[in-house]
Amino acid sequence: MAAGFRIMRQRFSWTVSKNKMQRSAETAGPAASETLVKIRDLHFARGDRVIFDGVDLDIPRGRLTAIMGPSGTGKTTLLRLIGGQLTPDRGSIEVDGLPVQELGRKALYELRRRMGMLFQSGALLTDLNVFDNVAFPLREHTDLPEAMIRDLVLMKLQAVGLRGARDLQPSELSGGMARRVALARAIALDPMMIMYDEPFTGQDPISMGALVQLIRLLNDALGLTSIIVSHDVQETAAISDYVYVISQGKVIGQGTPEALGKTDSALVKQFMQGLPDGPVPFHYPARDYMEDLLNA
Amino acid sequence: MLDWIRGLGRGGFRFFETLGRANLFALKTLVGVPAVLVRPRLLVAQLYSVGVLSLPIIILSGVFVGMVLALQGYNTLVDFGAEESLGVVVALSIVRELGPVVTGLLFAGRAGSALTAEIGLMKATEQLAGMEMMAVDPIHRVIAPRFLAGFISMPLLAAIFSALGIYGGYFVGVGLLGVDEGAYWSQMQSKVDLYDDVYNGVIKSVVFGLVVTWIAVFEGYDTVPTSEGVSRSTTRTVVYSAFAVLGLDFVLTALMFGA
Repeated sequence: MAAGFRIMRQRFSWTVSKNKMQRSAETAGPAASETLVKIRDLHFARGDRVIFDGVDLDIPRGRLTAIMGPSGTGKTTLLRLIGGQLTPDRGSIEVDGLPVQELGRKALYELRRRMGMLFQSGALLTDLNVFDNVAFPLREHTDLPEAMIRDLVLMKLQAVGLRGARDLQPSELSGGMARRVALARAIALDPMMIMYDEPFTGQDPISMGALVQLIRLLNDALGLTSIIVSHDVQETAAISDYVYVISQGKVIGQGTPEALGKTDSALVKQFMQGLPDGPVPFHYPARDYMEDLLNA
Repeated sequence: MLDWIRGLGRGGFRFFETLGRANLFALKTLVGVPAVLVRPRLLVAQLYSVGVLSLPIIILSGVFVGMVLALQGYNTLVDFGAEESLGVVVALSIVRELGPVVTGLLFAGRAGSALTAEIGLMKATEQLAGMEMMAVDPIHRVIAPRFLAGFISMPLLAAIFSALGIYGGYFVGVGLLGVDEGAYWSQMQSKVDLYDDVYNGVIKSVVFGLVVTWIAVFEGYDTVPTSEGVSRSTTRTVVYSAFAVLGLDFVLTALMFGA
């Protein structure tokens, strides 16, 4: 495995230098900024349920940022807001200097071509095989000749270690393989950023390890900006540069994984260390136990 | 009582809200249709799964409906010594009514439910959201080809149903019951009018195709993305399509033959 990654690292080296050149050219421009995604005063509610209640976030360019929090805190919703699939009730979201919710359909689609998103289920198209799934965005958005599409697809599949699985149908893939194919598809158009929605959920240790390494490696080798939404604290903290912890609609903690490990906040500590009881109680709110039993 | 009125109001609002969404959806789909014509391969694949795969049930039903019509018609006509008119009875019943209506109902059950389930499952497994994030509009890529395929297939299937129904009637009437072959065809030729009967039947099948496919793709796209939601949407497609086909059949018949 490690040897494989070393070889990949070498293979990617030309891409890295290319990307570095691109980035230095970009940073020379006036619009360039170190922050790729800027979220200010984000409010969002579903019916009566408030999901975000004044969230400020900065996702730095070229880094791997994790957004963690207990289940049901709207982490996936946050990714959909960044991708423009949902509109916030209040506040602003900027991606690469563009205000997402104010973009017209054409500009939004233009922006989405530069974003990749990895869904929890992989979201592979079930009527296409692995090869055609990875080729899908290339065929939809470019007029490249079929021979070149083949080369590109095989390169992307090689990067995730599944070149040999190109003829399989999505139903024949394990969960971890499906996510790697989806990852190959997400990088098919060489995006500037990738958003991962719970990439480690339900993975066995081996595919978990492969994914963890792959996400970090792709981020560095391709010069991407990565956002990982997850509640797998150990795995995510191990590879991320910066962590935000969200709970009950607010950012309750942020910092490098090391700094968050030493936090004073009881809530953050409970989450990071996975303690069963604490500020988030073990018991669902109910009336007094004795009273409940006696009033049968 | 107050609750009942409140429930009625809420139901009414929900109905009109859904209707509004369905209309907006239809508009977006129509905008996407020209893009499908540029990529015929998408359309051909859907024509196969919506149209060609519906052929067996349409063929079988057409033949049997024609055979039953001939049996029933013969028993009534023979009392008046008018069994020579059997061809007209079979042809008019099928071309005007049963062809478009029964095909519409079968089409809703076979192709409509399959469309809803397929699109609903694509939504439930985040395939539609995934497409959106890849900057591919699912209405253009997934919905429009299916809509167009249904719209094209339904009148063709109805025509096949009608033709085979008439042959089914011929088989029973002429083959088994001994009606004169020449009378069967020549009476049909002289009494069935191309404009009044055949064209009106074709118009019906076009309308039914439009409505059934619209209901099917909308129910799939608008589904609650869970397994329960998809199963409910699939049921709704069949029920609403049946209502729409039968209701519209009455309206169209009244307009065409009423006055």
